[in-house]
Amino acid sequence: MGILLNNSWTSPKKLKTKGIIGMNRRNIRYIGRYNDRHLYPLVDDKLKTKLLAHEYGITTPALIGTVTTQFHVKHITTMVAGHGGFVIKPAKGSGGKGILVIDHVDGDAYVKPSGHHLGREDIERHVSNILSGLYSLGGSPDVAVIEALINFDESLSEYTYEGVPDIRVIVFQGYPVMAMMRLSTAASDGKANLHQGAVGVGLDIASGWALRGVQFDRSRQDHPDTGHDLASLHIHGWTTLLELAASCYEMTGLGYLGTDMVLDRDHGPMLLELNARPGLAIQMANGEGLRPRLDLIERQTESRSPVERVAFAQRHFARRGELEVTSSAPATAELAQTAFSSPGNSL
Amino acid sequence: MSRLPFYLLTGLLIVAGIALSIHRHVEFEVPWTPGEKRQVWEVEAQVDFVGQGDPVIVDMALPGPQQGYRLLTENTASSGFGLSFLEDERGRRAQWSIREASGPQQLYYSAQMLVAPQAKRPDTPPPKLKKLVWEPPFDAAAKQVIERAHQRSADAYTFARELIRDFTGDRQGENVRLLLTQFEQVPLLVKLLNEAGVHARQVSGLLLEDGRRRQSLTSWLQVYNAKGDWVLFNPYTGEQGRPENLLLWEDRGEAVLDVEGGSNSRVYFSMIEHNQPAAAAVRNQLSNDTLLNFSIHSLPLEDQALFQTILLIPIGALMVVFLRVLVGIKTSGTFMPVLIALAFIQTTLLTGLIGFLLVVAVGLVIRNYLSYLNLLLVARVSAVIITVIAIIAIFSVLSYRFGLNAGLTITFFPMIILAWTIERMSILWEEEGPKEVLIQGGGSLLTAVLAYLAMNNPWVRHITFNFLGVQLILLALILLLGNYTGYRLLELKRFKPVTES
Repeated sequence: MGILLNNSWTSPKKLKTKGIIGMNRRNIRYIGRYNDRHLYPLVDDKLKTKLLAHEYGITTPALIGTVTTQFHVKHITTMVAGHGGFVIKPAKGSGGKGILVIDHVDGDAYVKPSGHHLGREDIERHVSNILSGLYSLGGSPDVAVIEALINFDESLSEYTYEGVPDIRVIVFQGYPVMAMMRLSTAASDGKANLHQGAVGVGLDIASGWALRGVQFDRSRQDHPDTGHDLASLHIHGWTTLLELAASCYEMTGLGYLGTDMVLDRDHGPMLLELNARPGLAIQMANGEGLRPRLDLIERQTESRSPVERVAFAQRHFARRGELEVTSSAPATAELAQTAFSSPGNSL
Repeated sequence: MSRLPFYLLTGLLIVAGIALSIHRHVEFEVPWTPGEKRQVWEVEAQVDFVGQGDPVIVDMALPGPQQGYRLLTENTASSGFGLSFLEDERGRRAQWSIREASGPQQLYYSAQMLVAPQAKRPDTPPPKLKKLVWEPPFDAAAKQVIERAHQRSADAYTFARELIRDFTGDRQGENVRLLLTQFEQVPLLVKLLNEAGVHARQVSGLLLEDGRRRQSLTSWLQVYNAKGDWVLFNPYTGEQGRPENLLLWEDRGEAVLDVEGGSNSRVYFSMIEHNQPAAAAVRNQLSNDTLLNFSIHSLPLEDQALFQTILLIPIGALMVVFLRVLVGIKTSGTFMPVLIALAFIQTTLLTGLIGFLLVVAVGLVIRNYLSYLNLLLVARVSAVIITVIAIIAIFSVLSYRFGLNAGLTITFFPMIILAWTIERMSILWEEEGPKEVLIQGGGSLLTAVLAYLAMNNPWVRHITFNFLGVQLILLALILLLGNYTGYRLLELKRFKPVTES
């Protein structure tokens, strides 16, 4: 790697051979062609997504309540009373903007996962800002959604710092094509956004085992804060999670979709939010371009159910990890399949 | 979905854009480059006559479309006279009329003629041959003169040349001298040419010389060959061809001035040469409003100035599309950089940049304090706008006190751009940290500066303003860029690690 330090550019030809999709191609060829604009509000408004998911029997984090008017901002503290931790997010926010996570309440203070204490007026101001449209696209008035905190599966706690790790699955025409896990770091301030410094870990579509890790677009073997090896990262209930993600296609009608899932300790895989314009960093995390997989899906003419689509994807997109194996690691896909049968808290 | 209609559309736009531009260049001589100067002659004709108390009609030939010159504007001054411009087989003529005129009268006509080497004369049919009956002894003399010239010539032009030579200097023979006792030289030449079967006529031209006054028209011979092409001859020297500085005033073989009801009529000419910037010369061009001639130049000057700026926006837009789609620069807001660049045009680049950075930096600090006050968002944005006004006012006053007039031009920055930028940047700062502010803010400023450099280029300003067809080309380019599915330049760096493993 060091040899090429002064030459930090690659050629379009190399990227093409790797099947990497660039922004322009994503916008025109996939988002433009497969995502009808009038469907965007379904995913851009998280409240709508939540209600729709409820209709389709897809689990999402429990809804504590919503705040729709400035007048009701004062009621926020009574609304969250009794719940240990909660999350306040703008219904129309994007890129994780305006999401406030409160880990627990300590007397009058609301404590963020980082240990930072917030007062009642801080919470109220945040909700008020959300309502004013500070975080929404185009600054339109918004609604604040308050959800119960996810008790994320503790098998993952060694891979994350202060935040909930989420799993992004790209679903193309209903087929899960590529997946990665996003681990928050100290650099990302507990947020799971790759461009803010979260670690992205590519996941094998067949088994849910980690393939490769990146931070700031450069590859990584371990979590920068916990020092834990990424190679041993495996998602329990992987097939269930993929089926959940795949069924979002029927739910929204969007052909090119980013689904953000979390693993809840008690409720298993949950849908956190959907994205009609998913980013391309997933290719970095997987060390592989999306294009061959998308091309394969585009050639499919048969119509399949979500379960069949997941099976198809697992059959065709299986891959072997690139991470250096130190301790216990998967030998075969069969091992991964057995691991799937024991979901939940394995601490 | 077939992409063919799309490529046809963009191809059509480009072809139409190029065709419109070339049409404007060729037809109206709009130069491609802005620095060009155009030579313009201001010619004034003064008609003098003495009225006798009767109705008067003054009929004067006017310069028509011709080779080498193009009429820009024309004016007349003639108090109390009715005036109309006629255009018929006698060419363009002005006709002044009055019921009663007595004593010396003066009429003025002035025209601005643009020197335009590409200008062509319209095709006019050659004049009819006038067979004349010559009375003895002139018939024999004419015959001999024609015979002599005919022998030493090959075609119409050489014949005319030989004929004129026989009228000049030593070669002037008995026969010619005899004929000249009866006829004037130029009409005589026309007669002899006609007699020999050569179409020819007498025309009047003005030799242009800067600053000359009280000049008269000179007579010239127009000779046609069998094909209908014509050549101008100097009837006194036999020199062939049109002198550079000859403006044909009357080219149909008619009388230049015809005064009914007046006596002692004469026409004098004065002229001045001046050089105009090409753009001004274009503006003065008489426009006959056809669709192809659809031009901003027909608008009032004030609106033209506005359009000059508006027509630059597509250039800035192209720049933004280029930088975002091909390079991959991040900007905050899609076309905010173009608006910032427009403001730079008003302030000049350096003062604009410094002013922008100063105002935004101070604004960020103030907005940071405002966010501690726990205000509603609308109130906060409004407060930011007011503080921006205050900052601009303070900077303007300070810079004026220090003798820097440049500081005053910051006011050209639309308030909303500055307030919006401060608001966006501070949100970005809170959520993504100062690094993202630098990336997006820097990207916006870089894009704005590049857009400014493109838009403020005198060449670009000239082209966009004078060739509306260019807008179609820009549209086609932007459409084509919008169709680009390849990699962005910065993606070659971003995705580099993937290609290594």
